[in-house]
Amino acid sequence: MILVWLIAILLIGGTLCWLLAQWNKVFPKWIALCATVAGLVLMVWLCLQYKNSGDGAGSEWFINYRLSWIPAFGISFHLALDGLSLVLLLLTFFLGILSVLCSWNEIKEKHGFYFFNLLWTLAGICGVFVAMDLFLFYFFWEVMLVPMYFLISIWGDTNRRYASYKFFLFTQAGGLLMLLSILALYFIHAQQTGIYSFDYFDLLHTSPGASTAKWIMMGFLFAFMVKLPVVPFHSWLPDAHSEAPTAGSLILAGLLLKTGAYGIIRFVLTLFPQQAQAFGWWAMLLGAIGILYGAFLAFAQTDLKRLIAYTSVSHMGFVLLGIFAFNEIAMQGVIMQILTHGISTGALFVMAGMLKERLHTRDINQMGGLWTAMPFMGGAAMLFTMASLGLPMLGNFIAEFLILIGAFSASAALTVLATLGLIFSACYALRMMQKVFLGPATVTAPLKDMNVREWVMMSALTIGIIVLGLFPQPVIDMVKGVVGALVD
Amino acid sequence: MPSFTVHTVLIVSAVLFVLGLIGVLTRKNVIFMLISVEIMLNAAGLAFVAAGAKWQQPDGQVMFLFILAMAAAEVSIGLALVLQIYHQHKTLDVENITALKDEAVDEMV
Amino acid sequence: MHQYLYLIPALPLLGFLILSLAGKHLHKRVIAWIGAGTIGAAALITILLGIEFLQSPPASGAYTQLLWNWFSAGQLSVAVSITADALTLVFIFVITFVGALIHIYSTAFMRRDRDYARFFASMNLFVCSMLVLVMADNLVLLYLGWEGVGLCSYLLIGFWYETPANCHAANKAFYITRIGDTAMAIGLFLLFKELGSLHIATIIEQAPKHFEAGDTHITLIALLLLAGGIGKSAQLPLQTWLPDAMAGPSPVSALIHAATMVTAGVYLIARMHTLFQLSPVSMTVVAVIGALTLFIAGCSAMVQTDIKRILAYSTISQIGYMFLALGVGAWSAAIFHFFTHAFFKALLFLAAGAVIEALHHEHNIFKMGGLKNSMRVVFLTFLAGAASLAALPLVTAGFFSKDPILWYAWGAANGNPFLWILAIAGAFITAFYSTRLMLVVFWGERKTPVGDHPGKWMTVPLVILGIGSVAAGFIEWPHNLVHFTLFSEQVQKVLPAVVLKQNLPSELIFQGIAALVTFAGLYTGYVLYYSNKGILEGWRQSAALLAIRNFLLGGWGFDDLYHALFVQPFLFITRINKKDVFDRLYNGIAQANININRLLSLTQNGSLRWYIAGVLLGILFIITMQLL
Repeated sequence: MILVWLIAILLIGGTLCWLLAQWNKVFPKWIALCATVAGLVLMVWLCLQYKNSGDGAGSEWFINYRLSWIPAFGISFHLALDGLSLVLLLLTFFLGILSVLCSWNEIKEKHGFYFFNLLWTLAGICGVFVAMDLFLFYFFWEVMLVPMYFLISIWGDTNRRYASYKFFLFTQAGGLLMLLSILALYFIHAQQTGIYSFDYFDLLHTSPGASTAKWIMMGFLFAFMVKLPVVPFHSWLPDAHSEAPTAGSLILAGLLLKTGAYGIIRFVLTLFPQQAQAFGWWAMLLGAIGILYGAFLAFAQTDLKRLIAYTSVSHMGFVLLGIFAFNEIAMQGVIMQILTHGISTGALFVMAGMLKERLHTRDINQMGGLWTAMPFMGGAAMLFTMASLGLPMLGNFIAEFLILIGAFSASAALTVLATLGLIFSACYALRMMQKVFLGPATVTAPLKDMNVREWVMMSALTIGIIVLGLFPQPVIDMVKGVVGALVD
Repeated sequence: MPSFTVHTVLIVSAVLFVLGLIGVLTRKNVIFMLISVEIMLNAAGLAFVAAGAKWQQPDGQVMFLFILAMAAAEVSIGLALVLQIYHQHKTLDVENITALKDEAVDEMV
Repeated sequence: MHQYLYLIPALPLLGFLILSLAGKHLHKRVIAWIGAGTIGAAALITILLGIEFLQSPPASGAYTQLLWNWFSAGQLSVAVSITADALTLVFIFVITFVGALIHIYSTAFMRRDRDYARFFASMNLFVCSMLVLVMADNLVLLYLGWEGVGLCSYLLIGFWYETPANCHAANKAFYITRIGDTAMAIGLFLLFKELGSLHIATIIEQAPKHFEAGDTHITLIALLLLAGGIGKSAQLPLQTWLPDAMAGPSPVSALIHAATMVTAGVYLIARMHTLFQLSPVSMTVVAVIGALTLFIAGCSAMVQTDIKRILAYSTISQIGYMFLALGVGAWSAAIFHFFTHAFFKALLFLAAGAVIEALHHEHNIFKMGGLKNSMRVVFLTFLAGAASLAALPLVTAGFFSKDPILWYAWGAANGNPFLWILAIAGAFITAFYSTRLMLVVFWGERKTPVGDHPGKWMTVPLVILGIGSVAAGFIEWPHNLVHFTLFSEQVQKVLPAVVLKQNLPSELIFQGIAALVTFAGLYTGYVLYYSNKGILEGWRQSAALLAIRNFLLGGWGFDDLYHALFVQPFLFITRINKKDVFDRLYNGIAQANININRLLSLTQNGSLRWYIAGVLLGILFIITMQLL
């Protein structure tokens, strides 16, 4: 029941934001803040419960809540929580609060509708992470898409219509293929057992013929690879990220991409284990290409947000590489990468938003030498740039190190290729730092360093990334059961 | 009653239908086009009647009555539209009434 | 004392945290006390620890402290655990002791700088990272320190970030060392795959059992680790970043780019000596790289005009000696050279900093001159350092450490005459450019008026380091002269002793040749730059000699080569693909849709009669289909 509440808080909060906005423009942001904070408190409490229960020893589901919804079609309202979902939900609410905070002054119009969309997207993401009924999963998959489309197309930057269409079309194309796959699985299951059911646990035991299974898997995989994104399908991401408002970029990079990774881990690997194994080498290749290709493009960009967006492409390559290495170390690394990338790239986007607020541009050629005027922001930027290039002490290092060392035993050649990405990540990261904060000062207008709200945000992110870098073991323990079950 | 063969009557109706069709295709004035449509309807009605006579069944006449009723309705609506078109476009020339023409998309949004 | 082992890296870290978070609000004097004080305290603990180690060595040969379990997944389990054996203690001592002196010097040297706190924060972080690097008991933690020092080096080279050239130098240093680091990371992956552990002691123990000598895997691992070492230690072919790194403040050059960080490669190879010993090929590679580097960098040092660049090339060259020693299996000789080099090179950089500051930021040695009397303390200490660098026999530390290397380059089992010839040539070059540096800067007529004289906070560290440059050698004598070998006795608890060839000529002959060559170098310098300057004038007329000079001045053209081979293609590729090629693909699909739409739009022309004709055609088509 508590999972239903988690989602309900966001849905109701969002609706309230929209309704009460007519009375007072300030209401929506406070309501949104309260809703996300309440969610986080709930999650922390759940986490402690989970820890007390011994890190979900075995592969038992920590919470398993099931309610009949449309029994005629075998659709149920089935939510369940294990270590993996727990970690991801924690990240969702953490970044959720930050996304509310970073929209505090940025949004100038339609406050109510904005926060409505923000909270509903978050609700969709939460739903995706806990839905255990494939129909419900698809439903939440769409719930997170539509409000995000509005966020980009209404509050985005100058080229927002193009970006939002592109985002919508790509995701929708993937989603439709996934729907086809879900239906195919549903009917094959019905044919084999006579029971019509969309339930994940029922469908786990479906065994379509080898070639059918391959095609069905491709449907799922395509949807998730578009979302992740994997290199040939990544083209929506730079546009969406760069045009979206700051909170939108934060949620896109921090959470939406992670639903793709989650989908592959939760559905593709468990529903089609043999087919996924067979595809493993190719997926790793795509991952390695993504790492290098993203880094190359990031290096060439002059639009700050676009640059950060391409670094996401590069970092998500590590995720794909790690998932399809099929071993425990790499999989732990993937989950670590999901968390740390959410924090580090989220932080960079927040920073880009702050710069945009002050300088009214995203073009790095018009920046330079900002460290002098804003030493604290410069320090924070240095930290997250270093996180982005995988400096030890910070969380991203743990993630990338685990992924690479795990993937090395699966395919040494591809891992070496991927490791070269570390060199190129240094290239783009340092170029960004150099262009924005170092060099001679170019901006003459007086600039304010971070204010209290921004300070709180950046310190939360900083503490997060350092703690994950120095004490990652609690997270690793939390997902140990899930990961262990996956790689067997 | 002079006896026509069904064959002859059907030929007449076909000729009528083609005349109507040519009228629709060539006339520029909407009212003439409507009249041509009426001619086509009547051609179809004639064919029904002839067929009914041939098979000694009432269905032919029944269908003709239907067509008659439909033609009446069609004309009333058609004329009302014609009036409206004339009010808005100040012309009854179909060549000039192309409001439904599709504008091609020029570029990506 | 050993229960306080963790304090050694923790104190500098504390300093970093205080200075980076609250530095803006602190008075400069407080900052100086925190910055230098934490390192000083760490040095004090180290000295006490060292005394304890000498008096009552621990049974296992090392102090170990487990701080916390960092992460463990699958078979990989990594702890944040520090350890200190004899080898580590040598490094810790140099890092904290020389580091503390450099910090004290910096409190005065940087006194006018706006970003006083940032400087000391970065320096403290550097010391902390470097300590973690040498104290790590597993390779992942070592890698943490390894990257940490890289970051601090980047931050400090680009400390005066408003000048684009400094940032460029900082970036270059980071990129090039990153290439080595990446190779090293791959080496770690391979090592883990083969041995299932990254714990150093376990690796040292398991490797001989798991690998046969000369196995391809072990060679590959050794070479990859070596690549990491080459990047950090600025050896051939990744040496190009170090001369540019002189853009940083002089104390930074002294601490990071002379005494400590650049010797991390030496540490790594010494620490993983078992792996290298198992692979004769990689040992040879280490020796050859060292020999070539010492010669190539030495040649470049002869013609530089920027005082710091001379010292930078000289550093590369001296580290080349250490690599040579490692490669021929003279492990403790390499570490000893590191030990003495840290003193005299730090001293030279600090003294150079004092000269540069006194001469209003003049770097060109030919615009200096005649400082012998006006800057007495600096002159004397510089002289001690340069003499040590030139390895003046019997009175300087440099002699005691370099002489065994020259001997082992021939005499050790892996040694051979070619290595020895390069090393001897290097010794000649070193003596020559040391003399040139001294004569041009301190003798002759004065060309730039002297401004500020260094205060006592700058001169005291200089004097201490000067004493070190002379006296540090006395703890290890060539065993055929005086049998006193304190240093190698201790270090050989960790590192194997050198194996000599059979039937060698007497060591004394080699020592004699080395001494002779050193004096020859000194004399050549004296002739060319003091007694008979005309010869040099004559050489300047020759186009061929000038071309050679420019070639050497530019560091043998490595920069241009890499620029053409790697940088340009990379820039080209990224530039032509700035607008993602895949975007074009998807936009192509969109454009195709638009074209189809345009085509179909033609049928929607709004003409009623056109539509009717369409209907008619359709009916005819259907009827025909029916009839057929």
